[in-house]
Amino acid sequence: MRPFAYLRPADAPSAVTASAERPNTMYLAGGTNLVDLMRLGVVSPEVLVDVSRLSADAVEEGPDGTLTIGAGVRNSDLAADPLVRRRHPMLAQSVLAGASGQIRNMATVGGNLLQRTRCSYFQDVTKPCNKRLPGTGCPAREGDHRNLAILGHSESCVATHPSDMAVALTALGAIVHVRGADGPRTVPMPGLHRLPGDEPERDTVLDPGDLITAVEVPPLPFAARSRYRKVRDRASFAFAVVSVAVALDVADGVVRDCRIALGGVAHVPWRAETAEAALRGSAATEAGFADAVDAELAAARPLPDNAFKVPLARNVLVRTLIDLAEAS
Amino acid sequence: MNGEAHTTGPDISASAPSPVTVDLLLSVNRDRHPTTVDTRETLLDTLRERLGLTGAKKGCDHGQCGACTVLVDGRRVKSCLTLTVTLDDREIVTVEGLAGEDGPHPLQTAFVEHDAFQCGYCTPGQLCSAVGMLAEAAAGWPSAVTPDVGGGTSPDEGTPSGGDVPPGDGIRLDDDEIRERMSGNLCRCGAYVNIVAAITEVAR
Repeated sequence: MRPFAYLRPADAPSAVTASAERPNTMYLAGGTNLVDLMRLGVVSPEVLVDVSRLSADAVEEGPDGTLTIGAGVRNSDLAADPLVRRRHPMLAQSVLAGASGQIRNMATVGGNLLQRTRCSYFQDVTKPCNKRLPGTGCPAREGDHRNLAILGHSESCVATHPSDMAVALTALGAIVHVRGADGPRTVPMPGLHRLPGDEPERDTVLDPGDLITAVEVPPLPFAARSRYRKVRDRASFAFAVVSVAVALDVADGVVRDCRIALGGVAHVPWRAETAEAALRGSAATEAGFADAVDAELAAARPLPDNAFKVPLARNVLVRTLIDLAEAS
Repeated sequence: MNGEAHTTGPDISASAPSPVTVDLLLSVNRDRHPTTVDTRETLLDTLRERLGLTGAKKGCDHGQCGACTVLVDGRRVKSCLTLTVTLDDREIVTVEGLAGEDGPHPLQTAFVEHDAFQCGYCTPGQLCSAVGMLAEAAAGWPSAVTPDVGGGTSPDEGTPSGGDVPPGDGIRLDDDEIRERMSGNLCRCGAYVNIVAAITEVAR
């Protein structure tokens, strides 16, 4: 691992300033992904700016029911939070579906959003990878892509975003608070993560030196009936093959509103806006759910070894919609 | 250590980077250790190579096997992914610190009684993880297999009302809960059945 300097600023503005004043700086929070990537040689910062003690470690409720989650809140604290569990069960479930108890105790909300893909070519510095070294090519298209993207990928990259939490936050329409060199601003989800296009080295719309300070979850009363369902290769401690985050509002057999996002299928947590639009105002029946999901997945462009993800995503999503409708 | 760490390395703009070291006071098993560490050093390496505490084991060194699990401020973490330089003012407990003055920790006794290991390499991590896990369950933290994570929200109760999931309700740890909560600790000998039995005995 390349030697690096270590700074621990006292507050977020100081952290952003410290980052802007020095080249090749990265923020350190839980370290569960960054320290591993440094050890693998995938990233080699010259300076680490430790933001893990910036007191952004609370979940606060606003007068209208908005939950503001500090970027430093540990994954385990987020999943155990009574307000999160009651208002947005799929958010708590998504966090609990990820990683292990030890890693959830370390990992933060901000870091979870910014974790890098687990595509094996990205993590192996002996292999070409357009995301790690732009212009070197993407062996995954012809190689190991069983667990990679079926939606929104490009010739240069078929990586998936690994976060479970981000899928639920995308369904919930979370708003990410960011502090950069020009001060604070907000970025909506979906909208934080970007499709690879011909710049797969950019996972998000953030600029170097931008620091996530909080994530705001607007009130969404019907999300009290929501679910995160994840399919993976083993029962625990594995990344998603396919996952779904669904909130459903059904009255008198008709879908009044819904929120749907998919994980494990794209370079971004995939908000299923086509399916949502098809479902709103439609009959809450299995046939109606299947039609809406098929409309969403019509855009899928699977590779030879991950074509199974299309029917898998369809079946998991339809089943989850049925379960939520039946619980209404 | 307050504010910016005291670094003794060369100017960071130097072309050939040299190791950067930081002085800090580590608290391990209630002992204080003034220590100088390389910023790249993980807690696992500091414990084993500088402090002579070889209980925590290096298995995968990538956060996947759990053999390096220790407690930091009472929470179980992977010491192989924790940079030591971040840990001043933190209380670290390793397997060497689990026993009390009157004997082994109840989990240590239960692991012996239930034959919850074969080669023993994963055992220090299993023990520290189980200590942290039991505290998490006692605090009411849900897991991926806990039914009704939402706390019994009925369909018509969507409006925020301030009525919350009671945070102090301990979780009843059946086999499924223990297996899910311990999934960050691998055992290549496959002693899982007896590990679950040992933890179950202490959980009751």
